[in-house]
Amino acid sequence: MAARRLSSLVSRSLASSLLQSPGRTCGRWSNLSRFSTAAAVQELITPQVQISYTQHLINGKFVDAASGKTFPAYDPRSGEVIAYVAEGDAEDINRAVSAARKAFDEGPWPKMTAYERSRILLRFADLVEKHSNELAALETWNNGKPFEQALMSELPMFVRLFHYYAGWADKIHGLTVPGDGNYHIQVLHEPIGVAGQIIPWNFPLLMFAWKVGPALACGNTIVLKTAEQTPLTALYVAQLLHEAGLPPGVLNVVSGYGPTAGAPLVAHMDVDKLAFTGSTETGKVVLELAARSNLKPVTLELGGKSPFIVFDDADVDKAVELAHFALFFNQGQCCCAGSRTFVHERIYDEFLEKAKARAMRRIVGDPFKKGVEQGPQIDVEQFEKVLRYIRSGKESNATLECGGARIGSKGFFIEPTVFSNVKDDMLIAQDEIFGPVQSILKFKDIDEVIKRANETRYGLAAGVFTKNGDTANRMMRALKVGTVWINCFDVFDAAIPFGGYKMSGIGREKGIYSLNNYLQVKAVVSPLKNPAWI
Amino acid sequence: MGSLSNGHSIDIKFTKLFINGQFVDSVSGKTFETIDPRTGDVIASVAEATKEDVDAAVQAARHAFDSGPWPRMSGSERGRILMKWADLIDQHTEEIATLDTMDAGKLFQFCKMEVPSVANMLRYYAGAADKIHGEVLKTAGKFHAYTLLEPIGVVGHIIPWNFPSSLFFTKVSPSLAAGCTMVVKPAEQTPLSALFYAHLAKLAGIPDGVLNVVPGFGKIAGSAVSSHMDIDKVSFTGSTQTGREVMQAAAKSNLKQVSLELGGKSPLIVFDDADVDTAAQLALIGILFNKGEVCVAGSRVFVQEGIYDEFEKKLVEKAKAWVVGDPFEPNVQQGPQVDKRQFEKILSYIEHGKREGATLLTGGKAIGNKGYYIEPTIFANVKEDMLIAKDEIFGPVMALSKFKTMEEAIERANNTTYGLAAGIVTKNIDIANTVSRSVRAGMIWVNCYFIFEHDIPFGGYKASGFGKDYGMEALHKYLQVKSVVTPIYNSPWH
Repeated sequence: MAARRLSSLVSRSLASSLLQSPGRTCGRWSNLSRFSTAAAVQELITPQVQISYTQHLINGKFVDAASGKTFPAYDPRSGEVIAYVAEGDAEDINRAVSAARKAFDEGPWPKMTAYERSRILLRFADLVEKHSNELAALETWNNGKPFEQALMSELPMFVRLFHYYAGWADKIHGLTVPGDGNYHIQVLHEPIGVAGQIIPWNFPLLMFAWKVGPALACGNTIVLKTAEQTPLTALYVAQLLHEAGLPPGVLNVVSGYGPTAGAPLVAHMDVDKLAFTGSTETGKVVLELAARSNLKPVTLELGGKSPFIVFDDADVDKAVELAHFALFFNQGQCCCAGSRTFVHERIYDEFLEKAKARAMRRIVGDPFKKGVEQGPQIDVEQFEKVLRYIRSGKESNATLECGGARIGSKGFFIEPTVFSNVKDDMLIAQDEIFGPVQSILKFKDIDEVIKRANETRYGLAAGVFTKNGDTANRMMRALKVGTVWINCFDVFDAAIPFGGYKMSGIGREKGIYSLNNYLQVKAVVSPLKNPAWI
Repeated sequence: MGSLSNGHSIDIKFTKLFINGQFVDSVSGKTFETIDPRTGDVIASVAEATKEDVDAAVQAARHAFDSGPWPRMSGSERGRILMKWADLIDQHTEEIATLDTMDAGKLFQFCKMEVPSVANMLRYYAGAADKIHGEVLKTAGKFHAYTLLEPIGVVGHIIPWNFPSSLFFTKVSPSLAAGCTMVVKPAEQTPLSALFYAHLAKLAGIPDGVLNVVPGFGKIAGSAVSSHMDIDKVSFTGSTQTGREVMQAAAKSNLKQVSLELGGKSPLIVFDDADVDTAAQLALIGILFNKGEVCVAGSRVFVQEGIYDEFEKKLVEKAKAWVVGDPFEPNVQQGPQVDKRQFEKILSYIEHGKREGATLLTGGKAIGNKGYYIEPTIFANVKEDMLIAKDEIFGPVMALSKFKTMEEAIERANNTTYGLAAGIVTKNIDIANTVSRSVRAGMIWVNCYFIFEHDIPFGGYKASGFGKDYGMEALHKYLQVKSVVTPIYNSPWH
């Protein structure tokens, strides 16, 4: 299982439009019957895009796999194959690393001025903006996420991320440092070298931007392994990046599976840095392989079981809508999904009733269809896993309020599912389900909810809903998580650092913090003779 | 229509004040003439701002700041607009370069590089607009505290004539990135490119009232800016004398914040181990670039005694080969001084130098009988109490002298009221490090000179002013720091 990551302007565009009418009735959507997926699946909308790139991109050229092998990429709406893609293994990784090594050691990329690098990234952002429609269509086709979400929030966010990192390229500052004695001390921030990056399938383009943006801004070269479920959009944008002027070998993209392509990249002796986003289980393997090979530093963005905590002074309607969004967004396939909804006992009943009603109004169907909120899960494996967890919820005596079943007979559609009376020791309250399954839990007071919210091996994110400033301030410090959203959720911006406590990962992506992942710090010391001051 | 040598001709499109997104006549209806320094001929009549016009511009800027979209849009949105402005500038390089050359007598070849470089500066600050970080703080008590970096408000910018394009953007770019609104007073000698930039700003989508440009004279329009009760910050680049007046006006009016980038008498120190030819070339460029009309000009050149004679010989040879003439000609290295007043001032300093007993090695006279051309001029045996060693001449006049030891060079380099920049030429790392820390100046160039970059902060010590331009530092001139503090209960850590 690979995994996750969230978008973006979502809370500003999609979410805010949703929030404006939490009490929206079915009437508005009368042309779309509830769970109308079966019909939608039978008449799938044909995406307006060609699949042009299916080979590896190594040293600026599209090439077949060394073995000649390919693997299928699917349309999760139907489970049908949409393309055969070059399947990378150790030999392809070797070739890609060697291209990246040469581009770093001898090529123009780290040697050109930061401003020139920044111009190339800006030109790339402009090209992506021009190709937004095709890219969004390809993303939806291969991933199943709503087309409107891809086009209206993820593509603009992608462009925004590259503008942001282009702006950093010429502002990466080392320090001069005071010496305890007559020394002149400087700290150089140097590119770290060849970066290996492994990205998941839930936000293929945004994860590309989170990884590739800072690494390039800092002057590194890259070997990127995409998720086997979603290899297509990365190849498309990588081609645009070369069109924008990226020298060959700076970004190499290899498609393939974790054990056969990911592992050789992680274990490679000539890769200087590894960044991985995916499951906690795989993250552990990544860290171990890095330790056993050349001790490359590792950043990990892993799983979560993020609490969404609603206090009794919160506006219930808003909290319901946001809790719904926090869990169901992107088919529930978000590492930071608010998958434990803690509700204060005084408003629990009202909240539950409204949360259930909202889930039942959720529009599931062909993600290319306008107004559809939820598409299919990514693949059969995830689909079956989510259904297994739903069974587990029922068996552990949580109350199934709605949903719980597959929709239709084709593709990987699952009903929006809500469990109430969820207890902390149930599997559905402990494991990352990564699907449209909301677990609602009741709490009495702030001390209790802090304790319970933190009683998890994860620590990625949390939502807090309250009007009380003291409650908000206390919660933001007490929660052992990398992001706390207060009266909002899934607000992602290029400048906001993101990453986990505990088993949710190591390091931070985005913001100024992301640059540290791709820089070596070199101290330079020399004696000072008769300095005017030290 | 101005008619220029070499087939250059240009239609002067913008000669009015730019207030609240419109080109308007001045309230008084007055205009002033801007002159081509190659000939002394009039290029165009430009609307002259007086106090009433500055009031209108401030009112527009105030409204744009208090109620307009500019400070309320995100840094990244402001950045996108600045990026677009940069692209528009790149599309008009020739036209703007022509304006600056006509207006200031600058080399056309140089202006054609300067205009794209201001577009690059805009892009730098476009990329900075979403990277203005406050901090979350440590408190001794049980408090949660953080800082907000807020745009300071309405900024008054007063800019000089020697780099009309660069200095316009040195001021305007970081303040726009920070979210401020502004009133810009360009120099009366060089108002044309600023008005053109204002026109492009509007096309790029900078909202009306955010950027206002009011050409006029220092005593009238400039002083209206620096004494205005509704301007929150004044940023001035110009002479030290005028800088004092700006600061006094700020003190007497509303105590607006002030930053000043003023004059200099910057030393270039050449040590015995230097490559003499390279050092002589650096020294020559250091004083002759832009006709010596540069605040950081290396106007005092100190050369160590071991190589002095050879250095002097090479320097004079190079100075004699320097080509002065029409700045539109591609082989010309030096155009005319900006106006009659500067021209006469420089010639009078040259007379002072001769009277005070310095040795005139080369130059010393005006060239031709039309326009404001002056020969590259080098004085040797210059003593520290001579006027030509103390005052900023702002022309192609070098004060050359000999030194024995590093300690002596440091002492003499610091023996000035100014502290803007310094150059060091040496291969010795210890000398470079020690002198870098010992010279009281805001910019030290080691084995180079005139290196200005967007990310390198620049500004003076002592009477050369205060506050830094360029780099992320410059943003802080246009930001207020606000601390927010609140009690925190039951925090798991402090």
